Amino acid sequence: MTHAGLTSTAFWLMLLLGAYHGLNPGMGWLFAVALGMQEQKGSAVARALVPIALGHALAIGSVVLAAAFLGMTVPLGAIRYSVAAILVGLGIFCLVRHHHPRWVRMQVGFRDLTAWSFLMASAHGAGLMVVPVLLGSSTVEAQGGMAGHNHISATTSPLAGMFATGVHTFAYLAVTGLVAWMVYRKLGLALLRKTWFNFDLLWAAALVATGLVTLLI
Amino acid sequence: MSLMPDPTFYPSPGMAMQAAPERIAYVALLNVGKSGKRDAMGVINVDPRSSAYGQFVGQVDFPNDDNELHHFGWNACSACLCPQNPHPHMERRYLVVPGIGSSRIHILDTKADPNHPKIVKVIEPDEFIKKTGYTSPHTIHCGPDGIYGSALGSASGDGPGGIFLMDANTFELKGPWEKDHGPQSLAYDFWWHLGLDTMITSEWGTPNMVKSGIIPELLLGGKYGHKLHIWDLDKRRHLQEIDLGAEQQMVLELRPSHDPKKAYGFVGVVISLKDLSSSIWMWYREDGGQGGGKNGKWAARKVIEIPAEPADPESLPPLLKGFKAVPPLVTDINLSLDDRFLYVSCWGTGEFIQYDVSDPGNPKKTGSIHLGGIVRRAAHPKKPAQPLNGGPQMVEISRDGKRVYFTNSLYSPWDEQFYPDGVKSWMVKIDASPKGGMKLDEKFFVEFDGLRAHQLRLEGGDASSDSYCFSDTK
Repeated sequence: MTHAGLTSTAFWLMLLLGAYHGLNPGMGWLFAVALGMQEQKGSAVARALVPIALGHALAIGSVVLAAAFLGMTVPLGAIRYSVAAILVGLGIFCLVRHHHPRWVRMQVGFRDLTAWSFLMASAHGAGLMVVPVLLGSSTVEAQGGMAGHNHISATTSPLAGMFATGVHTFAYLAVTGLVAWMVYRKLGLALLRKTWFNFDLLWAAALVATGLVTLLI
Repeated sequence: MSLMPDPTFYPSPGMAMQAAPERIAYVALLNVGKSGKRDAMGVINVDPRSSAYGQFVGQVDFPNDDNELHHFGWNACSACLCPQNPHPHMERRYLVVPGIGSSRIHILDTKADPNHPKIVKVIEPDEFIKKTGYTSPHTIHCGPDGIYGSALGSASGDGPGGIFLMDANTFELKGPWEKDHGPQSLAYDFWWHLGLDTMITSEWGTPNMVKSGIIPELLLGGKYGHKLHIWDLDKRRHLQEIDLGAEQQMVLELRPSHDPKKAYGFVGVVISLKDLSSSIWMWYREDGGQGGGKNGKWAARKVIEIPAEPADPESLPPLLKGFKAVPPLVTDINLSLDDRFLYVSCWGTGEFIQYDVSDPGNPKKTGSIHLGGIVRRAAHPKKPAQPLNGGPQMVEISRDGKRVYFTNSLYSPWDEQFYPDGVKSWMVKIDASPKGGMKLDEKFFVEFDGLRAHQLRLEGGDASSDSYCFSDTK
């Protein structure tokens, strides 16, 4: 069963990854909450979520589309090996050296916030993480004989890629929006001190693991 | 890198006020003349339940002397929780200790044994000058994206002084901060309004103007600093200068509101050429910070004036005899985390004053204590028969606002001009009432034999060590 060219597993994995990105304070909701507090308006939280989601979608979408177009010209195997190598390399780099994109500005407009979100998602390898899911998806399809023509759809079609990005961003926005609203209205920021697990460390480990899995699928 | 945030990081100043009381204080100690003592970081027990309360529990001697250690800071603080660039899993662990006399920076690791920090890195003057182009590093603050420091002068010891950056993980100097100095030349302190992307810097004098003592001709000519500078913290550009008037000599410690949405702060001026008074000025953004615009103009006005006290010339040092008065010499101020109480050190008259600044434009005096002073020489209740010299100087407030500590030395080359008998150094503690009012803790009186105590930092953070990106919600 497929959703616009995504297997059901890939579809759910996309949702899950989106939700996971949404949960990370460093990737969206915390900035939205801060802006709400700075302006002392709940509407400022909601307003911030739009460019934050857009930036995230751009970060994921650009990598997914690049992979899709690359898939039209490069054999699947080559893509798989390079994605695996990049993921493992990035993961190890993140484990050894904690690098953060430099961003100081807190007074941000729509464009700044979109750029910020794009930068944060990209720096965390969020888009790259999504590619193996699509690779897996197309491999299954190929084996099922549904995409039986050369390697044009060896990875995934641009359309399926865009759909995947949409699904991912939807889940991301839902979770980051919910958390932002809960924290701003109900829970307060004290919970940061007790619950802000080191996502970066977990993320780095996940990058390495995903890279290795990519080799096996 | 830990799995959970450093427990000493707090999102907002109000949350930091709930922190447990500090148990130790780190105090920068300067060797004086030929006492045989080394520059050092002293560790003082400040836990009233401990049998070592008010005593040295450790000390690390520095490899070189005459560093003139000044305003040191932590490698990481609550600014690590800032939403635009969060790295909450850093550790508040290292003290970054600059020397304005030597241009050397020492990095101390406090983790293994907080009572006995270890020197893990020394940045030598050559390297500091080569990498930043500056000399005399003065104040250290941890920022959202790394460690910032101010420096008094250029490589030649003249202007411009400025700001430099340091990597918070490796302690590598990353170079000068500014992209455009504008008209700014003199430097001293700096801090910021993180929520408004604004840095503020103040003015003292270049290394050549201060290192051999206060120069009367420069002072009387109004040549020491008298301006504030406003910068775009993100674009690193000078935006505006605010001239307090040439008679307002030496614009020193900057204390912005801790609440990131408020757009005001306080700065102390050491001396007015008109009447030797000291003053506190409030800077503020004219639109209150709520204009949302990037072009909001800033202004400043005097909100406190502390007059000079008439004195018998016989009891005054040569520098002051002709004036027949002792100037208050406000050399440090500090603001409690709730932005409610401002503490002011009058190093000349030996007075320590508490103001309620809930209404920042109309401060109310709520407490006063005398210790030392050029003429008064007021004693501490623990040793009532022993006249003290020096006066209230570097002041630090606990996060909960209930305890205030201060030491009495200013700057070696200037100490002798005001206290020719040689500053004998001490540190005291004050208990502050949450409603206003304060009294000396009679049990806490630390004396430093042959060393001069300067800036102090409290375990886990204090009222001038951390910056916050979130306001408290009511």
